[in-house]
Amino acid sequence: MSDDIILEMRDITKTFPGVKALENVNLKVRRGDIHAICGENGAGKSTLMKVLSGVYPFGSYSGDIRYEGQQCHFNGIHDSEKRGIVIIHQELALVPMLSIAENMFLGNEQATNGIINWDKVRRRAAELLKKVGLREDPDTLITNIGTGKQQLVEIAKALAKDVRLLILDEPTASLSEKDSQSLLDLLVEFKAQGMTSIMISHKLNEIKRIADQITIIRDGQSIETMDKADITEDRIVTSMVGRSLENRYPHREPNIGETIFEVKNWSVHHPLHPERQIIKSVNLSVRKGEVVGIAGLMGAGRTEFAMSVFGRSYGTNITGDVLLHGKKADTSTVGKAVKAGLAYATEDRKVYGLNLIDHIKHNVTVANLPSVSSKLGVIDDNAELRAANEYRKKTNIRSSSVYQITGNLSGGNQQKVVLSKWLFANPDVLILDEPTRGIDVGAKYEIYTIINKLADEGKGILVISSEMPELLGICDRIYVLNEGRIVAEMKASEASQEKIMRAIVRGEEKAA
Amino acid sequence: MSTETAAPTVNSAKATAQDAIKANLREYGLVLALIAIMIFFQFTTSGVLFKPVNLTNLILQNSYIIVMALGMLLVIVAGHIDLSVGSVAGFIGAVAAVLMVDFGFNPFLAGLICICVGAVIGGVQGYFIAYMKIPSFIVTLAGMLVFKGLALWLLGGRSVGPFQPEFQMLSAGFIPDPIGPWTIGGVKLHATTIVIALLIVAGMLFAALKSRRNRESHGYDAEPFGFFVLKNAVMAGIVLFLLYMLASYRGLPNVLVVMGVLIAAFVFVTKRMTFGRRIYAMGGNVKAAALSGIHTERLTFYIFAIMGALAALAGLIFAARLNMATPKAGAGMELDVIAAVFIGGASALGGVGQVAGAVIGAFIMGVMNNGMSIMGINIDWQQVIKGLVLLGAVAFDLYNKKKA
Repeated sequence: MSDDIILEMRDITKTFPGVKALENVNLKVRRGDIHAICGENGAGKSTLMKVLSGVYPFGSYSGDIRYEGQQCHFNGIHDSEKRGIVIIHQELALVPMLSIAENMFLGNEQATNGIINWDKVRRRAAELLKKVGLREDPDTLITNIGTGKQQLVEIAKALAKDVRLLILDEPTASLSEKDSQSLLDLLVEFKAQGMTSIMISHKLNEIKRIADQITIIRDGQSIETMDKADITEDRIVTSMVGRSLENRYPHREPNIGETIFEVKNWSVHHPLHPERQIIKSVNLSVRKGEVVGIAGLMGAGRTEFAMSVFGRSYGTNITGDVLLHGKKADTSTVGKAVKAGLAYATEDRKVYGLNLIDHIKHNVTVANLPSVSSKLGVIDDNAELRAANEYRKKTNIRSSSVYQITGNLSGGNQQKVVLSKWLFANPDVLILDEPTRGIDVGAKYEIYTIINKLADEGKGILVISSEMPELLGICDRIYVLNEGRIVAEMKASEASQEKIMRAIVRGEEKAA
Repeated sequence: MSTETAAPTVNSAKATAQDAIKANLREYGLVLALIAIMIFFQFTTSGVLFKPVNLTNLILQNSYIIVMALGMLLVIVAGHIDLSVGSVAGFIGAVAAVLMVDFGFNPFLAGLICICVGAVIGGVQGYFIAYMKIPSFIVTLAGMLVFKGLALWLLGGRSVGPFQPEFQMLSAGFIPDPIGPWTIGGVKLHATTIVIALLIVAGMLFAALKSRRNRESHGYDAEPFGFFVLKNAVMAGIVLFLLYMLASYRGLPNVLVVMGVLIAAFVFVTKRMTFGRRIYAMGGNVKAAALSGIHTERLTFYIFAIMGALAALAGLIFAARLNMATPKAGAGMELDVIAAVFIGGASALGGVGQVAGAVIGAFIMGVMNNGMSIMGINIDWQQVIKGLVLLGAVAFDLYNKKKA
């Protein structure tokens, strides 16, 4: 074991008014390692990284930071970047209407006396893009490339700053399986060149694959650091939640009835480029009490399919039929779709799911206000409060009351508010788009439990997820969607990750 | 996550007096600011501000701003802005003058036509904003120019007046006193006003008690009883005092009755009705609202139509007050209206704002205008001070929110 420590954080304690976010956290990172930091949401991982990068300036926390053998007193991101510590946040910090090259040198412009040397910018951008394996013209606007490529631009941007310690906050959270793989490969390649990385991640398989060491943080404390040889999924999970999770997916005895939801010959075109067909005559069905999964890569058209079915919220030139209980249903507006018994919980709860500046109660009832109002549209406060309390309990939302602002809740609890909203609308069929994205192991389990309970109550559930183990763990049946087409349908009991991947790859060959 | 597990409803049921004061300071900070400003001017104008005749004037002077602030609140909460309201008000005043003075229309019929025209104007602008997705700033900037021009054209550069006496009553009249004047302690009082004042206070107290019962029955923290009594006593006292002052002059102005009914209606709509709730949901996150089945486009359209109708009503009140329509009427009014709403705590990003706040914001502006005029401060400095107060109020509000 090499003892060349590039970074040591000792006894870091950081308090916010009323909350101790970090308490005596210790972190030692060896030079040239990929060091993973793992912990539940709200455990304090991001706070720790903010302390390291100077977002919380020296003096606002207690404890020591030694980097490259020197005591550090960072007073802002500028100070830490000067020393080669660069952090890439989960929410990418790119300006959509500027080009790749402009974004890469934002705040680090290649200029003399404030005049930008564009030749130098393009040349260096091209060099760096090559290094991260991104084949795009540096003049392409950020808005025109996908999330996976944007992530690579962020890394190239970090390289432009002579990064020696790269910190990535959940880098693969919004990437497809394929893009995630290439990103991880890239990190391994950087490691071979001697760069040190710290990676915050929820995804245990990724950590197992590339990390040399892993530090677990729970409730603002560092629990343990283990070496690659000792890393097992069970041990990580146990340390993270402080209890052993026997099974990551709750058991359910399926009780499946008649078909209640069918989509027939569903085709959708791109809203801005109507000649591009996004969904190509998709057929699928969901039965009563059944949990059905849609697997597929990012960009396969899963969200687009769901949103086009739900009130034509996406796309143009939509053709095909939606049947509920065997009868054609009008789902041409969101209102009509809700009335027909359909609900769609979005993959992006902050942008499409919640009013973050309002409290839980108003968010829960908003999709079904008429049920707590008189015919003239006067809201019955008591009925509304009762309903909000009922669903808060039902979905186990952890908050001081239903009057807590949803923007202050953790990701898992926000997701429960979104679920509550749609449960309150009392649908027969729920489409859940990435219901556990960005939430921790414990909250995931709770969400799965809710899904099971709903299936037991006789609802039909369609789950879209990028995490194949999740689909295999909770679904009865899985459709595989690729490039807008259903390329396979399988019983979950007969499915495996390999089988799903094979269906996708075969589908791609066919398309090519 | 574990930080949120703490404190379910049980131990928060007994809120301390300190918590209650803190929570209320944020809620009633504006009222206190208004009272402080009034007391300040009471001294600097050597007691003129609180004279019954001046208080009555204050209401008449600000009535049209408040009427428009009600609509503007909806517009701003929905995440939009309406720059055209001043021009629309001026244009409608011109329409009213042409109808009544030039064509001899009955005032009630003319008024009704005017309000409908206003709603149509608002609706057309709303159509461009809601369905064509043109930013409200641009659409209403265009509207501002268009209706300023149309008002000039309609009046041909002249001032048209005077109106029929019935129409003047909208701004200059007072409610009748069928109960007859009472003389108490040597002061002759408008009895009906006093009776109405008592009814309002009784209603306020009843509603406060009912809502407190309601909260308690659901286990939510009611503020300490002593504090509750004090707060409501102060509020009741303020209402009684102001209406007593009005009663000692000529009673309730007609326009105050119109305003009062409108304010009550807007408070009810925003607080209790699905229509209002959906505006807040839309302003908070328009995408989430649309995906929750709210017809965001239709809602936006209605909001601008309502704004147009209120701008028309304000135009009528303003014309009746001047007793003529002038080509310059309404110029710059939109700025006072928007300022009132922002001083009242609305967020420029949408989703946040209260009707009561907008009304108090309008009065804060109004009292400053009135007080500074009495003090003889030049109009140039009045503008400077008003601008600084707007900036200060919003900065203070944001600072408070950050701290909380």
